[in-house]
Amino acid sequence: MSLLDVRDLSVVFQRRGEQPFTAVDKVSFTVEPGQTVGLVGESGCGKSVTSLAIMGLLPKRGNKVDGEVLFDGTDLLKLRRDDMRDRRGRDIGMIFQDPLSSLNPVIPIGVQVAEVLERHQGRDRKQALREARELLDAVGIPDPDRRLKEYPHQISGGMRQRALIAIALACKPRLLIADEPTTALDVTIQAQILTLLKQLVDDTGTALIMITHDLGVVAGLCDTVNVLYGGKVVERARRHELFAQPRHPYTHGLLNSVPRLDSIRGERLHAIRGSVADNIPWGEGCAFAPRCDNVVDACLEGPPPLEPTATGGDLRCNNPVSEEVAVP
Amino acid sequence: MLRVIVRRLLQLVVTLIALSALIFIWLRNLPGGPVDALLGERATPETRALLTKALGYDQPIHVQYGKFMQRILTGDFGNSIRTGDPVIEVIGRAFPATFELALAAMVIAVGLGIPLGYLAARWRGRSLDHLTVVGTLLGISIPIFFLGYLLKDVFTQNIHWFPPSGRVGIGLDNTNITGFFVLDGLLTREFDAAADALWHLILPALTLATIPLAVIVRMTRASVLDVLNEDYVRTAEAKGLRHRTIRKRHILRNALLPVVTTIGLQTGALLSGAVLTEKVYNWGGLGTLITDSITGSRDYPVLQALILLAAFVFVVVNLLVDLSYAFIDPRVRVR
Repeated sequence: MSLLDVRDLSVVFQRRGEQPFTAVDKVSFTVEPGQTVGLVGESGCGKSVTSLAIMGLLPKRGNKVDGEVLFDGTDLLKLRRDDMRDRRGRDIGMIFQDPLSSLNPVIPIGVQVAEVLERHQGRDRKQALREARELLDAVGIPDPDRRLKEYPHQISGGMRQRALIAIALACKPRLLIADEPTTALDVTIQAQILTLLKQLVDDTGTALIMITHDLGVVAGLCDTVNVLYGGKVVERARRHELFAQPRHPYTHGLLNSVPRLDSIRGERLHAIRGSVADNIPWGEGCAFAPRCDNVVDACLEGPPPLEPTATGGDLRCNNPVSEEVAVP
Repeated sequence: MLRVIVRRLLQLVVTLIALSALIFIWLRNLPGGPVDALLGERATPETRALLTKALGYDQPIHVQYGKFMQRILTGDFGNSIRTGDPVIEVIGRAFPATFELALAAMVIAVGLGIPLGYLAARWRGRSLDHLTVVGTLLGISIPIFFLGYLLKDVFTQNIHWFPPSGRVGIGLDNTNITGFFVLDGLLTREFDAAADALWHLILPALTLATIPLAVIVRMTRASVLDVLNEDYVRTAEAKGLRHRTIRKRHILRNALLPVVTTIGLQTGALLSGAVLTEKVYNWGGLGTLITDSITGSRDYPVLQALILLAAFVFVVVNLLVDLSYAFIDPRVRVR
């Protein structure tokens, strides 16, 4: 059995007096124990909303969540709120994009790590702080005794993200969701944090859902990648297949738009034309069609289905990039 | 930390000196004056000149101010023109009444305001929220004297729940130690006196509390709404923390920062409300003293001291607010 089995997850935002907006549209994917799965796509493709829906952290009002999120066989969407509270932080940990705003500015780092241990492991404050010290040490924060008493504004951005990782992993969850964990960090720190994450999930056997728009992150970390576009999975493949042979024109465009050091001098960067604003609703065809170079008539007649590929992945495209087209 | 306190105390002294000069000049430029008030309009110019000289008002204003400041430094604020008693005593007699009233009002405003504001924010857009928004608007806009007479009319004339005015019931012989009647009653174990004093206190305190209450509710509501959108509240939820912990440690701790400032400002501004409230409920405190000193006799010495006292309270309260800020928010401490 998969550790996490997301089936037809949909999230529709509905505000009074406004058109309902489908942020996540029947997304399905699985995460096996210890596996690292990427959710990739540009801003607004629904990747963060997917993760918040799995965690049960979407606002109570103004949205409708459908489908199933089976964690170890239990549908998280059907759990009572208090039962879900018991699981968050214990079975599933989460780290967020901006480490400064994600930490409480008026509480010492030590307490912010310790409180999750107090909550789920029944530790008292003293014992929890002792364990928090070890956790800070384990995520590579130097001089943890001092950092325990310090406040978020007193430590660097990289250290803050390390502290958040310590918080998320404190109770040794079986699944960690990382929502753009390196986006707000300096490039040099990004690499350190990714290395740390990789080492920690390898050591503890924690499964990881990596949410990112950065294909570099995916290349270094993920076993399987789900590419999202307009709230739907458009391509799913194992990492090597995806990079060696992207089939969906969107994935192809994403890979092509990564600047390369070995490209010919003076060559222009490739960009996917248009923006998310050009999307057409999935009901009318393929949402990506207006921006797609491979568009055919069928693309505007109805949404293409997600179909298995020969290499064991899935693809939602009428006219995929041919297998012969070599990717640089 | 100590340096901050010392610096603020120095600022306080400078503020008070500047203010004292300002009121001194301002009061003496008002039409009418103690001489007119004491002698009436039919007094001969000779008598006027005599009294003016006796009170020292014939001297140039800077000389008067110099003498005034000299005396203040020795703790002598002069004597009331109206009664002849030392100003310190006159104010000392009225101070406990107003302090008791103001304290009760702030207890109501803070004790009700923060929970109400929090609930309104948590239930944003529901009926309680709408009710508080409308209610606070009313609370801010209703004139105190109007609300005072309205409450008095309803609760003392129509339904006799509360006594109409004064601080103690007629014929009740209460022992006076501190001048805070509720406290006195408790100290002397005259619990009937304490209850009676409390009974008299409720309506005036409610009246005086309306504006600070409304302001605190609004501030708390806005501040909690801001904090609810903060990423660290989401982090706290992602940790699976109990609702209680999130509310206390992650929401309120942060949301109360601006509310504390508001509480300080409102406390400092209470005196203006006290003037009206005391008038309505015949509450013999500083507010009554101010009106009497202005309308009756232009009692310069008393007025000067009262305004300085009000300024002193305002600045000290705000100093306390700043210090508590540093206590709550570690980011302030470093500077």
